[in-house]
Amino acid sequence: MLETIQMEYYLILSAVLFTIGTIGVLTRRNAIIIFMSLELMLNAVNLSLVAFSSYYGDSAGQIFVFFIMALAAAEAAVGLAIILSLFRLKKTVYVDEVNIFKW
Amino acid sequence: MELEYQFLLPLIIISVSSVAAVAFDAIWKNKNLNFSFSIFALLATLIAAAYTLTASNEAIDAIKAMALSDLISKHQIHFGGYSAYFDILFCLAGLLTIVAAKPFIKREYEEYNEFYSLILFSICGMMLISHSSSLLVLFIGIELMSIPFYVLAGFFRKSIFSVEASLKYFFLGAFATGFLLYGMAMLYGATGTLDIKEIGIIISQGEAIPIYLTLGIGLMLVGLSFKAAAFPFHQWAPDVYSGSPTVVSAFFATAGKAAAIVGFVIIAKEIIQFDVKSFQIADTARTAQLIIAFISAATMLIGNLTALVQKNVKRMLAYSSVAHAGYLLMGIVASNELGYTGIIFYISAYMFMQMGAFVIVSVFERNGNEKMSFDDYSGLYKSHPILSALMSIFMLSLAGIPPFAGFFGKYYLFLAAIKADFLWLTIVAVISSIISMYYYIGLILQMYFKEQTHGRLKSKVGMAKYTLLITAAAVIIFGIFPSLIVDLTYNFF
Repeated sequence: MLETIQMEYYLILSAVLFTIGTIGVLTRRNAIIIFMSLELMLNAVNLSLVAFSSYYGDSAGQIFVFFIMALAAAEAAVGLAIILSLFRLKKTVYVDEVNIFKW
Repeated sequence: MELEYQFLLPLIIISVSSVAAVAFDAIWKNKNLNFSFSIFALLATLIAAAYTLTASNEAIDAIKAMALSDLISKHQIHFGGYSAYFDILFCLAGLLTIVAAKPFIKREYEEYNEFYSLILFSICGMMLISHSSSLLVLFIGIELMSIPFYVLAGFFRKSIFSVEASLKYFFLGAFATGFLLYGMAMLYGATGTLDIKEIGIIISQGEAIPIYLTLGIGLMLVGLSFKAAAFPFHQWAPDVYSGSPTVVSAFFATAGKAAAIVGFVIIAKEIIQFDVKSFQIADTARTAQLIIAFISAATMLIGNLTALVQKNVKRMLAYSSVAHAGYLLMGIVASNELGYTGIIFYISAYMFMQMGAFVIVSVFERNGNEKMSFDDYSGLYKSHPILSALMSIFMLSLAGIPPFAGFFGKYYLFLAAIKADFLWLTIVAVISSIISMYYYIGLILQMYFKEQTHGRLKSKVGMAKYTLLITAAAVIIFGIFPSLIVDLTYNFF
């Protein structure tokens, strides 16, 4: 079944996901939701890498995806810790409530 | 095989020791042990890197001959030349930061051992960037550098300034990573390989798929400008630099920026290929060159103009570091030998002068965010003659006044831009340097010719004096003998 779907459709889906992620980061003010949007952006990239990889029959793109997943996990650990330490100090996760410097 | 391990040695030492630093911390809770271990590890890496830099020509030829077939790291890692040079530079920046940081974090906060291992990890990432010969390694390097940076920015976790800087750095850094990665995926889609050199060859043969290529180059430009804090994505830099602990900002603004620019050069040189004229993507390359030129011009103008109105010395230095990214991008626009040599020289000079200036701010700083406004520095000359003399050296060098190192860096970059027919860019650069004189010299006037108004500043230099002496000596030596670096680094890129 999979072979019948053209590569362009994967790329369009990936571009749409990436755009949703970007808009989410730019418009949402809840730190956790911004964080989810960032993960969505990375996963959109994974999708297009896998699509290209199967198009070229080259495994490098899929290996790249594993590295991206591992680094996304590391980023999640650090990011959640930062949000947690913000919550301990200010009792909020809304980024517009913490602008000592202007955003 | 043995030869490859010799050349890999700096990377092996730094990665093993940065993991070992965490393990040591878990076993022996000894603060001095971890400090000395980090110093030792960085020195060992530095020596190994110096060895690969000075390796005999036969060894370098041999490793280059093997590079395409026999190596474990084929298509992934670049050896010798500029990689080894930047290894040395990053290790030096790490050493200077660690030495200056020990008294600072002890005084301002509690000293945690994690600080040293985080610095080691981020240096490991920077070295991977400078060694990268594949998009994969470049990406891992950038992330390995950035993730410890997010933690370091929030290192004073009970200070809201620090946590906010960290949060902002994390969100915008991860956002930029998304763009960078999407750009890499598009380049992979356009050419079907991750090897940067091969991508360059495929592009110059005109076999890349144009739409993915254009998208890829555009998205990577966005991501890299974010990481290097260039206009229009520079706005995070002043906030992060002024919120983070001061020695950490010194590390971000010098080593972090240098690594981002090196990544930029590696990508721009192979993939954007400005000198290509004959085929389908010549227009794309020409447009990309013009875009980078505009980014460069806008970065230095905006950086210098906003630095002009700052009342806080740390924030002023943060904006000045934005402006310096603009000067460095001029070398990429010029993309000739002189431009690349100019970038290497200016990064080396900039690293020492900016580090010194930030460390002086950290010496006077009290309670996280106090005692760093221009008013606090008035009449400083009377109470701290040596520190104000050192600060004047750094300021004059940042302003680009001979005989200090900053002057020759600017000279080479401006000359390179003129040679590449970018006269207008040079004129903008000269104008913005003149603007920058106002606030750099203004700080010197404040220190020497104003009466003290806010009472005497207290300083506690401690071990930071070694950092200050080394940086000042380097600024003067490189200023008087620029050929030391230029002869060494010519034809590196």
